[in-house]
Amino acid sequence: MSKRVLMKGNEVIAEAAIRAGCRYYFGYPITPQTEIMHYMALTMNKAGGTFVQAESEVAAINMVYGASAAGGRVLTSSSSPGISLKQEGFSYIAGAELPAVVVNIVRGGPGLGGILPAQGDYFQATKGGGHGDYRNIVIAPASIQELYEMTVEAFNLADKYRMLVMILGDGTLGQMMEPVSFREKEPIVIPEKPWALTGRKDREEHNTIQSIYINPDDLEAKNIELQDKYKVVSRDEVRYEELNTEGAEIIIVAFGTCSRICRNVIRQASGIGIKVGMIRPITLWPFPTEVIAAAAAKPETRAFLDVELNAGQMVEDVRLAVNGKKPVHFYGRMGGNLPGQQELLDQIIKIHEEGK
Amino acid sequence: MAIVFEKTKGLTDKPFHYCPGCTHGIIHRIIAEVMCEMNILDDAIGVSSVGCTYNNYEYFACDMVQAAHGRAPAVATGIKRVHPGNMVFTYQGDGDLASIGTAEIVHAAARGEKICAFFVNNAVYGMTSGQMAPTTLLGQVTTTSPFGRDANLQGYPINMSEMLATLQGAVYVERVTVVDFKSIQQAKKAIAKAFRVQQHGLGFAFVEFLSTCPTNWGKDPVDSLQWIRENMIPQYPLGVFKGKDLEV
Repeated sequence: MSKRVLMKGNEVIAEAAIRAGCRYYFGYPITPQTEIMHYMALTMNKAGGTFVQAESEVAAINMVYGASAAGGRVLTSSSSPGISLKQEGFSYIAGAELPAVVVNIVRGGPGLGGILPAQGDYFQATKGGGHGDYRNIVIAPASIQELYEMTVEAFNLADKYRMLVMILGDGTLGQMMEPVSFREKEPIVIPEKPWALTGRKDREEHNTIQSIYINPDDLEAKNIELQDKYKVVSRDEVRYEELNTEGAEIIIVAFGTCSRICRNVIRQASGIGIKVGMIRPITLWPFPTEVIAAAAAKPETRAFLDVELNAGQMVEDVRLAVNGKKPVHFYGRMGGNLPGQQELLDQIIKIHEEGK
Repeated sequence: MAIVFEKTKGLTDKPFHYCPGCTHGIIHRIIAEVMCEMNILDDAIGVSSVGCTYNNYEYFACDMVQAAHGRAPAVATGIKRVHPGNMVFTYQGDGDLASIGTAEIVHAAARGEKICAFFVNNAVYGMTSGQMAPTTLLGQVTTTSPFGRDANLQGYPINMSEMLATLQGAVYVERVTVVDFKSIQQAKKAIAKAFRVQQHGLGFAFVEFLSTCPTNWGKDPVDSLQWIRENMIPQYPLGVFKGKDLEV
């Protein structure tokens, strides 16, 4: 690792993308992610790539579709309302099996909502949003260092599986500054892309890329092929962090910025004699179902507390994983507000008292 | 025996699915012929759109990608930025380009994106069975203007070529048709010029084709050609709207 530098989350995403070999960026301005664009506008041409400010998020994601079909490593970024507009494109990218990385620096919704941090896009990110049976890999970093490392990783995963990888941050992660150490050399893995559109050149056959299969048997076969791929991703690409879960009475499940606050609460709870652990999903899809199920099966685990910056979205996946074995509590804040440590500690104490 | 005529190598052997008398087939063929004559077939990357030509990625023998409805110019932008040396074109109908895709075509033109957009205007939605298009003529009966397009209720036809010609980034804009040998020859010249504009990196090139839809117009193929002459050309005059003196 090289010397640590102090950088803003959004800028780190852009820097990480360029380090990962991304040479095409298409975007449309929206708060609180616009610094990604600014950084790309300044540095992409120097890196030998292309930056285009698109006329809309819709155009931007379709430029991504084109650049990816042409074999490029490509990024777009936006925030919640803009991501809604890109959903059509996500579905086409899934259907055409194109690699792409998309960053969503989530802000409060619904509608135009606000510009402060939120996690209300969990459903949209992990369950679809666009039409049809498809999945995107969704990564939720919790620090600027992780944002850097996972952005690089996102490009490798996108190319490995020919699918869309979303970095799901939030306004806090995008806007805050933290020290980050960049590697001397990035672990870039770009596979051959014989399917890419390059002009036919010496090929016997022309390459075609599409997501339409008019014949129902062909479309079903395509869907089965996609589902088989998603099964492999679910098996091989789950990432999570476990903290203090050994012997914990209460297990918090939280991701991203929210998990940072929970981390401190675990220490405080320990100070008053309550053993609290945390499972932090790093990939929201595939979801760390098995590790949560295993924790639920332990006799010493008495309850789960899911904390999110929304009305309770990931908690549904937590409940599916816990499968009724232990109570699952939820605490959330919305609108761009974050829970305070004491606020969360009070929840812990309440669950602890109820369990006596 | 000497071969005096053969099918262009710019098209695959896949049979067209177009209705009898539809002029998409002619337009496909002349684009393919021009690509072969200019020796750019192996460099070309085409973008299919949504509508009757959704699957012409199976017909053109060059590399092809199918785009979401209206977004072909954005997809072409992405391709061209990755492969600036390749010849990139879109093939779009009037619903795709002049309705849902107005933002993408206008901004691709405004950016001077070095692509060719081939716009096939038959004044109706063909694939979805004859609804009113932005280019439907006043008084024209469609399934969604069953009493004839009424300006008071449904507004006016959009003249895309004239509109795009006002943009600085659009360097070559021409409207042609394919109703007879002479007009087909002129259309071929326009296609070739559009590709040469792209080869020279001059900017955005746009060719609009007035095309038939016998099925949804409820006319036979011959009457359909006549309908273009009598009804479409007065609303959509043929000619070069930008780049007349451009020597390429």
